[in-house]
Amino acid sequence: MQAFEYANPTTVKDAIALLSDDAAVLAGGTDLISMMKEYLATPKRLVNIKSIKELGGIAKAGGGLRIGATATFDELATSTLVRTEYPSLQQAALGVTSPQIRNMGTVGGDLLQRPRCWYFRNGFGILGKDKDGTSLAPIGENRYHAIFPKGDAYYVNPSSLAPALIALGAKAKIAGPNGNREVGIDELYVIPGTNSGRELSLQPNEILTEIVVPAARGTKNATYEVRHKEALDWPLATASVALQMKGTSIAKASIVLGHVGPTPVMAAAAANALTGKTLSADLATEAGRLAVEGANPMSGNTYKLQLVRTAVKRAIMQAGGIKA
Amino acid sequence: MPNYSWPPMTTRKAIGQRLTRHDGIEKASGRAKYNSDLNKQDLLYGVLLTSPYAHARIRSIDTSAAERVPGVTAVTVIVKAGEEVNWQSQEIAAVAATSEQAARDGVRAIKIDFEVLPHVVREEDLSKVGNRATPAGEQVTGDPEKAFKEAEVSAEGQYGIPVLTHCCLEPHGQIVQWTPSGVNYWPSTQNVSGIGPDLAKNLEIPATQVKVHQDHIGGGFGSKFASDRWGLEAARLSKASGGRPVKLFLDRATELNIAGNRPSAFAKIKMAAKRDGTITGWESTSWATGGMSGGGMPPLPYVFTNIPNKRLNHSAVKTNGGPLRAWRAPNHPQASFLTCAAVEDLAAKLGMDPIEVFLKNLQWAPEARRESYAHQFKKAAEMAEWSKRWHRRGDSGSGNIKRGLGVGICTWGGAGHLSNCRATIHPDGSVQIELGSQDLGTGTRTIIAQVAAETYGLPVEAVKVSLGDNAFPASNASGGSTTVGGVCSSTRIATVNALEKLFEQVATGLNTTPDKLEAVGGKIQVKGDAAKSLTWAAACKKLGTQSITEMGQNDPKNPKGLNTQGVAGVQIADVSVDVETGVVKMNRMVAVQDCGLVVNPRLAESQVLGACIMSICGALMEERIMDARTGRVLNPDMEFYKLAGAADIGEILVHMDIREENDKRGIIGLGEPPTVGGIAAIANAVANAIGVRVPMVPLTPDRVLMALEEKRSA
Repeated sequence: MQAFEYANPTTVKDAIALLSDDAAVLAGGTDLISMMKEYLATPKRLVNIKSIKELGGIAKAGGGLRIGATATFDELATSTLVRTEYPSLQQAALGVTSPQIRNMGTVGGDLLQRPRCWYFRNGFGILGKDKDGTSLAPIGENRYHAIFPKGDAYYVNPSSLAPALIALGAKAKIAGPNGNREVGIDELYVIPGTNSGRELSLQPNEILTEIVVPAARGTKNATYEVRHKEALDWPLATASVALQMKGTSIAKASIVLGHVGPTPVMAAAAANALTGKTLSADLATEAGRLAVEGANPMSGNTYKLQLVRTAVKRAIMQAGGIKA
Repeated sequence: MPNYSWPPMTTRKAIGQRLTRHDGIEKASGRAKYNSDLNKQDLLYGVLLTSPYAHARIRSIDTSAAERVPGVTAVTVIVKAGEEVNWQSQEIAAVAATSEQAARDGVRAIKIDFEVLPHVVREEDLSKVGNRATPAGEQVTGDPEKAFKEAEVSAEGQYGIPVLTHCCLEPHGQIVQWTPSGVNYWPSTQNVSGIGPDLAKNLEIPATQVKVHQDHIGGGFGSKFASDRWGLEAARLSKASGGRPVKLFLDRATELNIAGNRPSAFAKIKMAAKRDGTITGWESTSWATGGMSGGGMPPLPYVFTNIPNKRLNHSAVKTNGGPLRAWRAPNHPQASFLTCAAVEDLAAKLGMDPIEVFLKNLQWAPEARRESYAHQFKKAAEMAEWSKRWHRRGDSGSGNIKRGLGVGICTWGGAGHLSNCRATIHPDGSVQIELGSQDLGTGTRTIIAQVAAETYGLPVEAVKVSLGDNAFPASNASGGSTTVGGVCSSTRIATVNALEKLFEQVATGLNTTPDKLEAVGGKIQVKGDAAKSLTWAAACKKLGTQSITEMGQNDPKNPKGLNTQGVAGVQIADVSVDVETGVVKMNRMVAVQDCGLVVNPRLAESQVLGACIMSICGALMEERIMDARTGRVLNPDMEFYKLAGAADIGEILVHMDIREENDKRGIIGLGEPPTVGGIAAIANAVANAIGVRVPMVPLTPDRVLMALEEKRSA
C-alpha cells in the first residue's frame, strides 16, 4: 500500500476542498482498502467522510425516502420504512450475506465500488486488455462477465443496490466545488473510453451525498439474486422489479438487471410486456424470456441467460406475491 | 517385557472419553499464539518478489534502488539473470525492512527485465497440451479386450476434477533469527522435529544449531512439511541484517499460487459388466497436472482394485502452475470421484440402486475391508434414509427443486509413524509428557493426555503434555494420518515404562513385588486388593528427590499391536438442485468411518466434520482458474476461489464405526480418509437429482445448467 495522508473533515464543504485527482473518498473502505493493498488505487490522500453527520441516516422525505451516502447495508436491511415500502431494497441489502460487510459497507460505497472483473483486479486495466490491446475476457475466462457487453466493456457492474434503486426511480445527489447536482442512479455509470479510464461519472472532486427514492405509493417491488453460495458471494445475476399497479393490472413496470452488463441493464421489452396486464406466473415467465433479448454472451457465460430469465420471473412473482 | 497393550474396551477410563480439546478455550478466546502472531524485539519484515509471468527468462535484475529504500536492511536474489521462472508467483527475490510497507516498497523498487516465454497452463483438454504430456506406460491386467467383447452391458464417461489450492487460515511462513550461536526458528509447520534439519541443510549449517518452536499451527493439510524457499530466504535476510529476526509470511495471493496445489485428475473410463451389476472389465485413460513436476496418478480403479480385466493409461501433464503439494489424502479424493462416478453411471444405466452395485462389486475390494464396507453401506443408508429417499436417476418430480442421493467411498493406510516420547513422573506426583510433535488442530495434545492418564490411572487434567519444540524427543511429521497412532503408541510405551519404575520403588513398602501392582483411580494398589494401596501422591513421594524419566518409541516396523493401518468409509450426500439456476444446496452429508481404536470419539467426529466440509467445498466451489493467454491464476483470493460458509454446509451426520472387531486392531489414523469420498457422493447425488451426469467438478451453476441443456437437446 502506498503511504497516504488521512483527512477527517466534518462538513461536505471541507471534504470537497480536500479532494483532488490524487485523493480518494473513504467510507466503509471494504473495497478501497483492498484496492490500495494491491496498488490498484494509489491515492496520496484519503478523505474520510464518515465523520460528516449529514451524510448518514435513512429518513422519510417528501413522501419518499432519503438515504444518506454513508448509511450502511445493515441500516438499510433493518429499517422498517425500507422493509414495508421498498422490500426490493431490503432484499438487495440482505443479499450481502456477510454481517461484517453489512456493518461496514455503505450505500454510497456500494454504488461507487470498482468492478470485480479478475482481469481488472489482476492489473490488466478496467477494460481488461493485454499489452497489444486484445480484450482478454472474450478469449479467456468470462463465466462472471457481461452478457450485455457495451463496446470493449465486458466487466459487470458490481453494485448490489443499483438495480433496485434504478427500478424505483431513485436519484443521486452529488456535491462538488460548483454546487450540487442530481442524477439518476443509472447516470452514475459510464463506459470508459480507455483502459485506464473510469466507469463512474462522478468527478474526482465530487462526493455522492445522498440517494432520494420517490414515494412508493403501493408500487410492488422485489429483488431476486442468483448467487452460487449462501455465504458472502457476488450475485451471478440479479433482477429488480417495480410495478405500479392500477387495480389488479400493471400500469407501469420497471425491470433492471444487475451483474450482467457493465452498467445495470434496463430490460425495457420485458417491462413493456407487463404493461396493462394482470400478474400471473405465465406473464412473469414471458417477461423473463424477453429480458434476455439483445444479450450477447461469450464462450463461458451463456448460462447467465437462463439465470436472467429465472431472476426476472422470480422477482416479478415475489413482487406480486405469486407462489411458484 | 512390560505389557504395553491397550486395556480392554470395557475397563478403559480415560481412553474413549468424549473430551473437548485441551486448548479449545485458548484458541476460541484468541489467547493461543500462532507463530504468525508473534512479534519479537527488533523484528524485521520480509516480503517476496514473485514472478508476474507463468514462464519467463530474467534478462537482468537490479536491486540497487531497493537497497536504497528507507528501512530496507537486506535484499536477496533467488533467480539470477539468465535463469528462468516457470510459474506465476515463483520466488525471484526477497527484501527485509523495518516495516512491512518498507519491505513492499523495496520489492517494488527492484527492476527486472523479463523475456516472456511460451507457457501451458491448462490441461483439461489433453489434445491441446502439446509435448507437455508424459505417458506412464500402459498397464494391462487379465484380458480387457475379451471382457468388453463379452460384456452384457458397458458404460463409459469422462470426468474431471480441477487443481485445488491449499487455503490454510495461517499462511505459510515463519519468523527466523540468525544468531552467533545458531538459528532460532518459529515456523508454521507440520514437522517440528524435521523442519530444523531441513532448514539447516539448506543453510549449510549443522542441524544442531537450529532451534524450532511452535505452540499452534493454523492449518497444514499436507502443505507445511519443509522449510521452503521463504524459510531459507528469511534466514539469509536475518543474517544479512545483523541477526535481527525476520518475519516472512506469504500474502494470500502468493499463498494460493505457490504454497500448495492439489493435482487435478481427468479420466475417460469404460466399464464392462454383467446385467446384475458385476463389473468384469475396466479401461481408463487418465491425466493430471501438479505443475511442472507433472501430476499425481490417481489409484484407479479405486478400492475395486481386483477387477480382473483392466487396461490403464495415465499421462502426467507439465503445466506452468505452482508446484504440487500433498493435500489431505493425496490422489484419493480424485480417484474416489472418478471411480464412484463411473460406478454410479453404470448403476444408472442398469437401472439399479448404486449401493447394490457397490455391494455386488465388493468382491473386487481388498478382502480385509469387505466386511467393513458392507457394514458401513448398511449403516450409512439407514442414516441417510436411503430406502425412503433414493429414487432412480432423474426420477425426482416435476418441480424446479430436484432432490437426490449419492454415495462415495474411501480407504486409507494410517499406521503410526516413528515417534519418541519422554514420560516423567516427579516426586510431587505431577506427570509430564514431551514429544517433538505438533497438534495440527486435531486434538493431539488431548489424546496424548488421555493415553497417559489411562496408564497412570489419573484424571486427564493431571497430565501435562508438551509438544512443539525440537528440544523434545523426535516425532515424525504429521502427514498421512500417521500422528495419532505414532504419538499414542510412544506415549503408551513411555508411560508404562515410567510406571514400572514407580512400581519398583513402592512394591517393598506394600509387601509385594512390582509385577503384582496396578495404577487405578489415583492409587497404586496390589492387583485386586484395594486395601493394600498408596495414593498416587504418596507413591511418588517415595521417589525422594529423583524424578523418573523414561522413553517410549513407536517403531513402525514393530508397533506391538498398538496401531495398525487400513480403513474403510462410506459417505452419502443428500442434495437439492434448483434446475432453473443450477445452484446445488446441501441437505445432508452422512459419513460412516472406521479408524480402529478411537481414543476420543468427539475429536474423531470433529475430524470427520471438517473433512465433510472440505468435500462440500471441493464438490461445489473450489477450483483454481487459469487464464490460458496470460498464464495467470485469475482467482488467487478468497473472493473467487470459493469456499463454503456456514450456510452452505447443511447437516452433517457422523457415525464412527466403533466396534470390538475394529477396536482390537489398535489405533489407525483418521485425518485423511473422511475427506476422500465426499466429492464423489455429492457429484453422484447431483446426477441422481437432475438425471444427468455433470462431468466436471466443482458443480457450479454454469456446469449444472450446461449438463441439463445437453440432456434436453440429446
